[in-house]
Amino acid sequence: MAERKMVATRDAYGLALAEIGKENPNVVVLDADLKVSTKTSGFAQAFPERFFDMGVAEQDMISTAAGLAAAGKIVFASTFAVFGSGRAWDQVRVSVAYTRLNVKIAVTHAGITTGEDGASHQANEDIAIMRALPNMTVIVPSDSVETDKVIREAVKFYGPMYIRLSRPKTPVIHDNPNYEFKIGKGEVMRAGSDATIFACGLMVSLALDAAELLAKEGVKARVVNLHTIKPLDTELIVNCAKETGAVVTAEEHSILGGLGGAVAEVLVENAPVPLARVGIKDTFGESGTPDELLAKYGLTPEEIVHAVRAVIKRKK
Amino acid sequence: MISKEKTAELEAIAIKLRKHVVEMTCAAASGHPGGSLSAADIITVLYFHQLRKDPKDPHWAERDRFVMSKGHAAPILYAALAEAGYFPVDYLKTLRRIGSSLQGHVDMLSLPGVEMSTGSLGQGLSAANGMALAYHLDKKAGRIYCLLGDGECQEGQVWEAAMTAAHYKLDNLTAIVDHNKFQIDGPVEKIKSLTPFADKWRAFGWHVLLCDGHKIEAIADALEKAEKTKGRPTMIIADTVKGKGVSFMEASPLDFHGKAPTEEEKDKALEELCRREKK
Repeated sequence: MAERKMVATRDAYGLALAEIGKENPNVVVLDADLKVSTKTSGFAQAFPERFFDMGVAEQDMISTAAGLAAAGKIVFASTFAVFGSGRAWDQVRVSVAYTRLNVKIAVTHAGITTGEDGASHQANEDIAIMRALPNMTVIVPSDSVETDKVIREAVKFYGPMYIRLSRPKTPVIHDNPNYEFKIGKGEVMRAGSDATIFACGLMVSLALDAAELLAKEGVKARVVNLHTIKPLDTELIVNCAKETGAVVTAEEHSILGGLGGAVAEVLVENAPVPLARVGIKDTFGESGTPDELLAKYGLTPEEIVHAVRAVIKRKK
Repeated sequence: MISKEKTAELEAIAIKLRKHVVEMTCAAASGHPGGSLSAADIITVLYFHQLRKDPKDPHWAERDRFVMSKGHAAPILYAALAEAGYFPVDYLKTLRRIGSSLQGHVDMLSLPGVEMSTGSLGQGLSAANGMALAYHLDKKAGRIYCLLGDGECQEGQVWEAAMTAAHYKLDNLTAIVDHNKFQIDGPVEKIKSLTPFADKWRAFGWHVLLCDGHKIEAIADALEKAEKTKGRPTMIIADTVKGKGVSFMEASPLDFHGKAPTEEEKDKALEELCRREKK
């Protein structure tokens, strides 16, 4: 498999934010006592007057972010994914989504690769509960290059956004720095006609690895980076389903309600084809290294390969 | 100090707003009259004396902003916005009707003049803090006001926000508690005590003022003192009566928290308010 550079999406976020701070004096950043982990510390150091540490008070942080946005600021609010989605869900719902205010909830430490901190800190349900909110845009960047683009697009985009980032270093899959990121438009990363793998976040790189493995046995799997879970690129999903006749989803998230759930909804209504969902199987995680956990919870290229073989078998 | 004439004028407006509350909630056959009536004098002083605003230009950048954290008291805010000229008074009768901008709990996107959508208690003070932080950053002269319920102060987020406001020295923020002493399930003190209420706010670093929440001069005076306070936020604990101005609601506040008056009750209430108007 191709050797890829390893960079954490949270690091790309921190760097992008600090640069944006220079370009746009209207950007403010809030954090809830995690600035070193979420990487907002760079912005905090460069622009202390525009950085607000809200302490361990995520609910207060989200509603405060809404107030700042109501008064005209472009607000980034960061914490761990479990807290930004779960702990403050009602604040996100009423203060941010219902009001359609310009708040970017950029969370890190999403998914099982949060690792050693264990189940309490592993957000495996956040995509589901965030995409259920009206007015909310949900984005899961696949690597550090894409994260940089996402953050810059987020500044230009008016409205609530949930941006899901990871803790560990993950493979950089976008070699071309001029890659054009468009909110709501999936990216076909590998051509193929036998099945389509829709993936988001770090699972895109594992899906590319799986496609490589499948190619060796003569199976041509298409790989699509579905970085935007909401609004979903329905047209692309339907076209891929019709063209390849079988679909696998791969996400570092519960198979309930996330990318797999979203794709399933589209397929059932528009182009029913065999579908298999690779993800966390409705269970809590545990402590361990990210790699150990990915293996134990079935988030591997091999698992995707099995799923692709299975859906192809189910084709009529 | 507020003049005698101005006080009399505001007293008359407060009665007018109370009549609107009774009529609106009766017409809607739902809504929260008790906690709207207790806040009537506070809202009157804010909207017809204190707030720098322009109903013709609700988004004027330099305006003062008011956050109704106790979002269920929507009727009294709607009454004030209508009388202040944000929309026609006649529109008040659409309260809680399908398609109306007068949502059951205030919604900033559907009604210009509403600064923050609320309804899930405990969030408004944080939002007001955010506005106050933005005004400090932008060196704007405007002030931020926020009205909370006393029962609402059982929400943990209120105290997170209390810490934030003091920590960031938000002296451009005035918060007011409509301390009517009743929540849905009973007296606040019986359900979950807030005592010592003023001391709690003081301990959180706030400048605390107590006032009679039904005395126009007292409210105006407290708001003026708050404006002159530097280096910390001010909390005005306004002593109020749930259902104030309608004797049978005052007598059984628990029956009129979230229940609208019937036609008969409305007529009785209006008669009483009209009598007061003529005095």
